[in-house]
Amino acid sequence: MATVSLKSLKKSYGRDEVLHGIDIDIADREFIVVVGPSGCGKSTLLRMIAGLETVTSGDVLINDENVNQHEPMDRNIAMVFQNYALYPHMTVYNNMAYSLKIAGTPKAEIKERVERAAQLLQLTEYLQRRPRQLSGGQRQRVAMGRAIVRKPAVFLFDEPLSNLDAKLRVQMRLEIRKLQRELGVTAVYVTHDQVEAMTLGDRLVVLNDGYLEQFGSPIELYQRPATLFVARFIGSPAMNIFDGMADGTQVTLDGGVRIDTGIAASGRVKVGVRPEHFVADTNGAFKVNTSMLEQLGSNTLVHGTLAGASGAGAAEIVVSLPGIHTEAMVGEGLSVAPSELHLFDPDGKRIDG
Amino acid sequence: MLPLLLILPQLLVSLLFFFWPAAQAIYQSAYIPDPFGLKTQFVGWENFEFLFGDRYYLESFKTTAIFSILVTVLSMSIALWLAVMADRIIKGSGVYRTLLVWPYAVAPAVAGILWLFMFSPGIGLITWYLDQIGVDWNHSLNSGQATGLVVVASAWGRISYNFLFFLAGLQAVPRSVIEAAAIDGARYWRRFWTIVFPLLSPTTFFLLVVNVVYAFFETFGVIHMITAGGPQQATTTLVYKVYADGFVGQDLGSSAAQSVVLLLVVGLLTIIQFKFIERRVHY
Ligand SMILES: Nc1ncnc2c1ncn2[C@@H]1O[C@H](COP(=O)(O)OP(=O)(O)OP(=O)(O)O)[C@@H](O)[C@H]1O
Ligand SMILES: [Mg+2]
Repeated sequence: MATVSLKSLKKSYGRDEVLHGIDIDIADREFIVVVGPSGCGKSTLLRMIAGLETVTSGDVLINDENVNQHEPMDRNIAMVFQNYALYPHMTVYNNMAYSLKIAGTPKAEIKERVERAAQLLQLTEYLQRRPRQLSGGQRQRVAMGRAIVRKPAVFLFDEPLSNLDAKLRVQMRLEIRKLQRELGVTAVYVTHDQVEAMTLGDRLVVLNDGYLEQFGSPIELYQRPATLFVARFIGSPAMNIFDGMADGTQVTLDGGVRIDTGIAASGRVKVGVRPEHFVADTNGAFKVNTSMLEQLGSNTLVHGTLAGASGAGAAEIVVSLPGIHTEAMVGEGLSVAPSELHLFDPDGKRIDG
Repeated sequence: MLPLLLILPQLLVSLLFFFWPAAQAIYQSAYIPDPFGLKTQFVGWENFEFLFGDRYYLESFKTTAIFSILVTVLSMSIALWLAVMADRIIKGSGVYRTLLVWPYAVAPAVAGILWLFMFSPGIGLITWYLDQIGVDWNHSLNSGQATGLVVVASAWGRISYNFLFFLAGLQAVPRSVIEAAAIDGARYWRRFWTIVFPLLSPTTFFLLVVNVVYAFFETFGVIHMITAGGPQQATTTLVYKVYADGFVGQDLGSSAAQSVVLLLVVGLLTIIQFKFIERRVHY
């Protein structure tokens, strides 16, 4: 049972402000993923929740209690580090038992809890080994085990899977999600992998350069990105962005293509279209000069430039069409339903109709 | 052929400065030279028999043991404490480092003189202060005070060296491991004794070996300057006795026999250290 709230949380290192006022409310048992490019402040945010970094201004609340001045051990949290941070001189058993010993838990109970966690994580046969005698995946599990034996109120993860190979990563991702549900704890998970973010999170926090870009469910982020940054960051392949001039509910793209957006705007705008939202349409406004076709079987990726009516535009475009297509078929023309268009002002803010 | 050529200089140096003198010592330990050094007489084990019947020689074993343990423990624990403090304020450690390194740059004999001045029975500054609080200091008469002074002066010279290694060792302990322990509920000193200190054990072991060797041999300069082994040989270590008997007493046979014993003791210590202690420091 734990909620976490961040109230205009800021962090500066000397004169450098690296987090510029973050506001987030996390519900009990929620799985929150913090995502953003390298250096945007994800780890700093997490470490402030953990109490490993001091708060420059603002508040961290756990269960509505201000914990700004609390030491990490007084916050009832557990953290899994990117490099696992196992105690190299202790056996797997002692790694997991360490926090319980400090808390003064009776020996019998320690044994029971460690063994149950080991069973859950398939570590039973490794309990007497040292960390250096384990594979990366096993070490990762020990780090998880160390976190769960304590039954903390909040789990914090800092890119816990980034040192594993692709297959193990997918497997551990599912296990983490399952564990979090079973244990019913609140979790904050940091990653720079947007697929990991989309599949794990109940809600996502998108950070960019220390600013909170958007906080919402994966579907919200995909369907209604609040900023150009989120629009580009979420979704693969990334959203196409075209510059244009808005006039009422119509936009004339720089290449000369004229499209109906159904959203009232004026002046310079950016129009975003996800590659998978183009449909083949001989009357379509978008014509593509194809430079490369990638046949993936289930769909076809088209890379090229947007051919304007005047032939002057050279905007890059990526299109994903369902099924198998040939170059000739693509050349016929493409259209996009107005509801699938995203409009952004020159500052990158979403314009809603 | 090339490998042999490359290690040749090392071999020559070892031969010249270790094996040759060692062989000489073993050879000489079986002879007694006449007082004028003109003739030598083969005596077999007699030098050794005489040694182990000599009360002062047996005393110097005890002195050496006490001395080594005290110097090692004192210098290492102070150095560790300073390193921990410096490590806590990483930013200041540059200043700390320079401040704490300079005792190391002072030659043992010079350091010995400095300590001698401070504690000199007639004119020493500290002697004067001690006198003010009612302590009568005279290490040339009081053997306990003499031992204390030599131990402190010797340990002092080692602190910087040990400090540097401890600080490097501390800074090599991964930060995230310490943070994990903090999250697991361990407060500062708990973290230190259960995480940091065990992870430091390779450094500690290395320093232990180095410091014992130092206490055995390198403290010669300090002892020579401050007490010259006195009073009543209270600060005469094995090494100092080799010198005192050989060069001052001109008893080369006994001195050589002592060297051989010393060789065996150091060999034995090294074996013990690496065989038994080292096994426990790896994780
Ligand atoms: N101790 C520090 N002193 C000064 N600046 C720091 C410190 N720690 C982090 N920063 C700066 O704060 C910013 C955010 O760092 P942070 O580690 O939170 O990034 P991140 O989003 O976790 O990146 P990554 O994905 O690479 O781990 C970076 O610009 C970094 O240079
Ligand atoms: Mg990070």
